[in-house]
Amino acid sequence: MKNLTFTTAALALMASGAMAQDLRIALQSDADVLDPDQSRTFVGRIVYASLCDKLVDITPDLEIVPQLATEWSVAEDGMSIDMTVREGVVFHDGTPFNAQAVADNIDRSQTLEESRRKSELSSIESVEVTGDYTLTLNLTAPDATVMAQLADRAGMMISPTAAAEAGVDFGLNPVCSGPFSFGERVAQDRIVLNKFADYWNAEAINFDSVTFLPIPDTTVRLANLQSGDIHILERLAPTDLAQAEADEGINVVSAVSLGYQGITFNVGNGENAESPFGADKRLRQAFSHAMDREAINQVVFEGAYAPGNQSFPPTSPWYNADFPIEPRDVEKAKALLAEAGYPDGVDLTVQVPNTTIPLQLMQVVQAMAAEAGIRIEIVSKEFATLLADQSAGDYFASQIGWSGRVDPDGNIHQFVTTDGGINDSGFSHPDVDAALNAARSEADVAARKAKYDEARAILIDEAPLVYLYHQSWITALDAGIEGFTPYPDGMIRLEGVTLSE
Amino acid sequence: MLAYFLRRLAIAIPTIVLISIFVFALQKLLPGDPLLVLAGEERDPEVLEFLREKYRLNDPIPVQYLTWVGNALRGDLGTSFRTNQQVTELIAEKLPVTLQLAIMSLVFALAIGIPAGIVSAYRKGTVTDYVANVVALSGLSIPNFWLGIMLILLVSVKWQLLPASGYVPPGEDLWQSIRTMLMPAFVLGTALAATLMRHTRSAMLGVLTSDYVRTARAKGLSEKRVVLKHAFRNALTPIVTLTALLFGELIGGAVLTEQIFTIPGFGKLVVDAVFNRDYAVVQGIVLVTAVGFIVMNLLADMAYFLLNPRLRAA
Repeated sequence: MKNLTFTTAALALMASGAMAQDLRIALQSDADVLDPDQSRTFVGRIVYASLCDKLVDITPDLEIVPQLATEWSVAEDGMSIDMTVREGVVFHDGTPFNAQAVADNIDRSQTLEESRRKSELSSIESVEVTGDYTLTLNLTAPDATVMAQLADRAGMMISPTAAAEAGVDFGLNPVCSGPFSFGERVAQDRIVLNKFADYWNAEAINFDSVTFLPIPDTTVRLANLQSGDIHILERLAPTDLAQAEADEGINVVSAVSLGYQGITFNVGNGENAESPFGADKRLRQAFSHAMDREAINQVVFEGAYAPGNQSFPPTSPWYNADFPIEPRDVEKAKALLAEAGYPDGVDLTVQVPNTTIPLQLMQVVQAMAAEAGIRIEIVSKEFATLLADQSAGDYFASQIGWSGRVDPDGNIHQFVTTDGGINDSGFSHPDVDAALNAARSEADVAARKAKYDEARAILIDEAPLVYLYHQSWITALDAGIEGFTPYPDGMIRLEGVTLSE
Repeated sequence: MLAYFLRRLAIAIPTIVLISIFVFALQKLLPGDPLLVLAGEERDPEVLEFLREKYRLNDPIPVQYLTWVGNALRGDLGTSFRTNQQVTELIAEKLPVTLQLAIMSLVFALAIGIPAGIVSAYRKGTVTDYVANVVALSGLSIPNFWLGIMLILLVSVKWQLLPASGYVPPGEDLWQSIRTMLMPAFVLGTALAATLMRHTRSAMLGVLTSDYVRTARAKGLSEKRVVLKHAFRNALTPIVTLTALLFGELIGGAVLTEQIFTIPGFGKLVVDAVFNRDYAVVQGIVLVTAVGFIVMNLLADMAYFLLNPRLRAA
């Protein structure tokens, strides 16, 4: 009897989670500086998901939902946004969170010289603090993208006290208001966060600490999960999918990303745009017709990703269904080539990052293009070099992707508008400019979608970028992890997630 | 001995200066703009220009170099572009890790390589010799990353004996620290053991046929004493040099092994820094590694004095 009581007590203890529980998450690479205003890496954002709350968050369906901001409304003329923020929230250093803190944060993002957030918040002209917990964002022009920007790094709230003290060195000891506070960081080894007892939503958090471990080698990352050294692994390689799924101790979940992968052609960026492919859209169309996107997905990615032909994945509400992914059509490609004056085929040089996956992808693309008469020469370059050459127009075609943004604007505008910041293609079309600029300020979703559809029709025809596929964020979990939801932004949100050993 | 030591030290200084110029120039020759990587996916031109000014990348290259030297002499090796951490801090953080890995690997290398070398020299031409040679050759030829992954799959995933990867500082938990470092040290150690074994064998072969070994045997000394005391001691000089050089190399970091076992040492740091064009970090680590290498060489030279009485007299 005594024994039984003891066992019951022990069970009760275990059930209540009395043991200090550390969740270990393997990252593909080390994060950069941990200052939301200065940071630029994807893995950095994964760490922020546990460290820094944002004004708003997204749902898996990309709806914008409250986080630190509880309510907001856009003015009739679209020139301002009234916002109410959550009461009773404190930063990790005890500084209270309020409307003034929001104003200070936006000011820092806009004025800190090292800030990488300036362009994301460029439409906010001023922030008016109208009460302890209410404020108004005054805009320079109607901007439908603002709230989506605030659902990412630009909307992350850091302690104004800590920011003022640390200045540009804030990232060495970040102080935010998220579910976990900064513990320690050893470069290239680990980032440790500890549970923040005063978190406004503390009951949804079931771990005492989270440790992020950068483990670059995919095989080793999976081995760590299999041996129980880690609990969550982000970005499982598609080649490891079969092995992970066969393991009973591992669950795999995935979500199609917001980004895209494809080939950018140089159509107007310097002298190299004079090439056959830069000058004649029929060749670019032929290239697109020569691609079997489903086969690429099967061969290179084990079918784990999503084939694509637009900057938005087919699952996105912004996808233009009038232009579905067409099956491969080699005859059509050949006909286009002949029409353009290359009946005997044409040469194309494509630059590729010198890592395994892009090279494999390009070899498949090369083989497919060859059957249509497009002879591809692959030039593999180390990433920094590739980026510099692409930016300078020192290329003909380049295989590169985009990690994706919540708002559709962030995935298209800057790449194909005449003055777009990352328009490495040099593409310029007045109608595309007009449609995409109009979409930016259009608040009505249906009207906005119509503008994107309008631009898409031209972009499919002109084909400055040929989209091939959309990556999926494949997350592998220890079988004891429950309550985890994959998101299209690839972030790991720990609210409601539990771990039973 | 002191004069000799000082002379060697005087040669070391220009070597270090030359290395730092060489590395600086090489980095600038690398294609690719560090700021394009640094500015993030959006590449905001305003941010680019600010960073260029901040890191003085608009200055002429000789001026950039002299600025770096000036700061380095004052103990400031600059800041990492990528993490905003001080380079001196990064080095202080990584050096103990790299040293621990280097020492543990060397222990494996010496424990395997030297006995194997002695035995195979002593039993030259026998099956033992051939087996030792084949094993040594495989140690050299099996790539570290392959052996590392195989060990992880076997020891960590299948048998669950050791942690698969990572690093625990010895100050935090000595036992755990040694356990996590065991596999990487073994992987690195086996490759080095092969080299050591081959050198030990050839040095021993040279000595075992010499007159004084025959004399020692003629005196009726035990085989053990002849081989270990008389022969081995005289074969030590090349082995000591080699060990010092191997250790110097290990301080430079073992990229592949560190990558596989996710050990935050110099190798991984410097490779990441090169890819990110994190100039200050590359420069800082190369400096430390070069100094380390030179110090090891000096120590090896010193060791000759202790091992060889004839040098002491000279």
